[in-house]
Parts: sequence; C-alpha cells; structure tokens
Amino acid sequence: MQATDIPSDTTIKLTVNGAPQAITVDVRTSLLDMLRERLHLTGTKKGCDHGQCGACTVHVNGRRVTSCLTLAVMHDGDEITTIEGLGTPDNLHPMQAAFVACDGYQCGYCTSGQIMSAVALLKEPCGADDAAVKELMSGNICRCGAYANIVAAIQQVRKNA
Amino acid sequence: MHTFEFLRPADSEATVAIAAQAKTAQQGADVRFIAGGTTLLDLMKLKVETPARVIDINRLPLDKIEATPDGGLNIGATVRNSDLAHHPSVERDYAVLSQALLAGASAQLRNMATTAGNLLQRTRCMYFRDTAMPCNKREPGTGCPAITGTNRMLAILGTSEHCIATNPSDMCVAMAALEATIHVQGVNGARAIPFGDFHLLPGSTPNRETVLEPGDLVTHVTLPPPATGSRQVYLKLRDRASYEFALASAAVVLTIEDGRVTRARVALGGVGTKPWRSLEAEAALVGQPVDQAGFRNAAEAALRDAKPQSENGFKIELAKRCLTYALQLATA
Repeated sequence: MQATDIPSDTTIKLTVNGAPQAITVDVRTSLLDMLRERLHLTGTKKGCDHGQCGACTVHVNGRRVTSCLTLAVMHDGDEITTIEGLGTPDNLHPMQAAFVACDGYQCGYCTSGQIMSAVALLKEPCGADDAAVKELMSGNICRCGAYANIVAAIQQVRKNA
Repeated sequence: MHTFEFLRPADSEATVAIAAQAKTAQQGADVRFIAGGTTLLDLMKLKVETPARVIDINRLPLDKIEATPDGGLNIGATVRNSDLAHHPSVERDYAVLSQALLAGASAQLRNMATTAGNLLQRTRCMYFRDTAMPCNKREPGTGCPAITGTNRMLAILGTSEHCIATNPSDMCVAMAALEATIHVQGVNGARAIPFGDFHLLPGSTPNRETVLEPGDLVTHVTLPPPATGSRQVYLKLRDRASYEFALASAAVVLTIEDGRVTRARVALGGVGTKPWRSLEAEAALVGQPVDQAGFRNAAEAALRDAKPQSENGFKIELAKRCLTYALQLATA
C-alpha cells in the first residue's frame, strides 16, 4: 500500500488573502473553523454549518464555496479569499460599496457571505435580468429580507463593470 | 464529528486497495471517499456517517471531460457539477443534463459537488438524518417512522414496507434518461454498470443503495452519442423557485419525425426511491402523434403503480402534470 497516512493533527500550507500560512489543524476542522478560530478571520460567519445558509461563503482558487462543508486539510496549496481580503474600510471593493449605497443588509450577519457570493457571480455565466441574479444568489439566505436591495447592489456593480 | 484518519493515496490502485478493507461500501461504511464533501461532511456532522478512514480523491486524475471515439462523452468522477453544467458539449448535446444540474442545490454547492458524489447523494428523509429516530436505512431493523409520520417529501414509486425515502438527485434523473454508463474500478479490475442497474430499490435492505462493493471507486460516467435532433427538457417542480429539492421532476429526451414520436427516453425525480426511468411512459409515447392526449396517456402510464403515503398523495397528479408539461415544452 502506497498510501500517505496523515496523522490526526496535520500541517497544511495555503494562501489566505494573499498571505502564505502554515497551520496545524485537527483533520476534522472545517475550512470555516480554521479561518475563524485559528486565523481569527471572523468576517466569515457560521450560520447553519450544513451548507444551507451561505453565511460562510469564501473563494477557493477564485470560486465560491461554503467553507463549512469542506475540510481544511483538503486545501493544502489552495488560495483562499475571505471578506477581509476583498477590501478595507478605507478602500472598499466595488461590491462592498454597492451594498452600502443600496442598503443591502440589515443585521449584517449574512452580508459577508452575500458579498463573497456576489463577487464570484460577476465571473460566472449569468443572465442580465434580476431573475438570473436571484437564481444564482439563492444559496445565500437573508433572514432580515434585504433581498431586493442585495439584487440592486449586484446589478449596480454589473452595470458599471 | 467522530475523528478519522485522513488519507491521500498516490493513485487509484492504492485508493481501491485501502477502500477494499472496508466491511461495506454502503450505509455505515468504515472507509469513505471524499470529493466535494457536500453530502459526506453534512452527514458526518450529524453522526449519520462515522467513517474511521476518509480518503481524499480530489488529487486523482478523475476531473476530465473528454469526447469518446464514438461521439459520446466521458465525465470524470471529480468533475464539479458547475463545470459539467457549463461544458460546451453538455450545453449543446446533453441539454437535459445541464438543466438538471443547474436546477440542483446552490451555486456554491455546485462548485463543490462532483459527478460521483451526486451519483451517491443520500436521501433527505428527516428520519434518516436524525440519529435519535429509528430508520431502516441507517440502522437496519429499527423500523420506518416515515410511513406513519412526516412523509410529504417522500417517494411514491419503488417504495417498500421498510423504506419510502426519495432519491434527491436531479443529475441522476437526466443521466437515467440519457442512458449513461457508470465506470467503476474495483479490486477485480474495471467494470461498466448501466445507469438503471446502479441504484437499488429499498426492498428489505434499504441500507443497500447501490451495487458498489468495498474498494469500488467510480472513475467516470459515459454518455452515449447524442440522439440526432433530439429535444431535451428537464422540468423541476418544488416548494421554492430555487434551491429546493424536487416534489416532482421530469427528464425527457424525444425524437420527433413527421409529427410522431420515434424515440422517447423519460425519467422522473422527486417521486422515486431511485432515479426513476419510466419504460412505461416511453412505450406509450413511441409511434404516437405529438399531442396533449398522448402526453397525458404517457404520464398516466408512468404513475400507474404509484403508491401514495399519508401526506404525499398530491405527488401522483403533480408528477403526471410535470411529465405532461415537460413533453409539451420539449415539442413546442
């Protein structure tokens, strides 16, 4: 057998928001928990922890995923982007600025996931109308119900792109 | 989540050798492959799945989509659902598959979920997912509380007195209609399994969902060459417009010549204990003119053996209308 056995504590190397990281994690650690509990990047939120709410959405190698349903150890060598890597308070990403301008949130808990999803959507096949945006944003739940303004924010960025 | 040994073998042979040490490849398997993780990690968090070893197959070369010499398509086991849905060959020649994939889950989950993972997607039956409840699929012999309990979302075709859990996949419904072949590498070499033979009816052993044995690694799925001029539609009816499992869905692949159906492939989702190919509907369609009465007749044939539970009798008429409308859309 040529298997490479990996002990329960495993060290992985990955890039998070442009910075190389080497971190030792229990194999059970989700990518979400690694980001929040070990790297203290708490902008990414834990909602359902079962891939249903989208609050934990981050980019892995440029594609949006729910970070709660993937193990940190599966991401050795990957490039991760979280909300902290998108913009800064003084230099917002255009999507962050559009969410502010369009009032695309109320309590804010889902917002980082919404924005990470929306930024990834810009590079995906998506029809021009609101219905297409709603369909591709259906994996991000907003219990305050800011959906109309979220769609407006995304359409504003797409229009200006 | 119970702890486990995380393994990343160098190649498929080593992967198969480790997996072959498992007692079963079915419910309760002590060795599991992980690709997207969207089903497995969900169930591991619920302690429905408690594998001692988890084998990461993401680094194996199983992520290609390639044309076959005869004009069909090979789809690798770890091809992501989003990549498959948007592949030019799939959009052009197998539109029903592209539509089915895009009708499933969310954009994030489609970026993670894989071909083989979707083949092995587990039921959303709430009793299966709750370890405080009995469930013949999860713990054989404990009973099926769904039959006398909450069963609105559950199956009306292929059920048994032991299990009425619905197969939740959209992709599988399209692949059933496209007559895909599933390729497996096992301890005794490679073998090909016709799509209709891959999933099992629950019968008295609902814990056995597929024909997979310990060591079996799904390597790829093959689609036959597209039927020339075929009209394809996947129609999914659900409680929400998006991001919800089907109450009823239909995949249809039709060939029409001189106003008559010359070839029909029909499969239903959301209503069966496995992806439900309807040979009855196909037989009812072939040779018939393209009209509403013929479509309804085919739908009646497809649901003839349907058995409603206490809360899901509406699915019989819903599935008939779903198939009838899908046939209308395909021939519009």
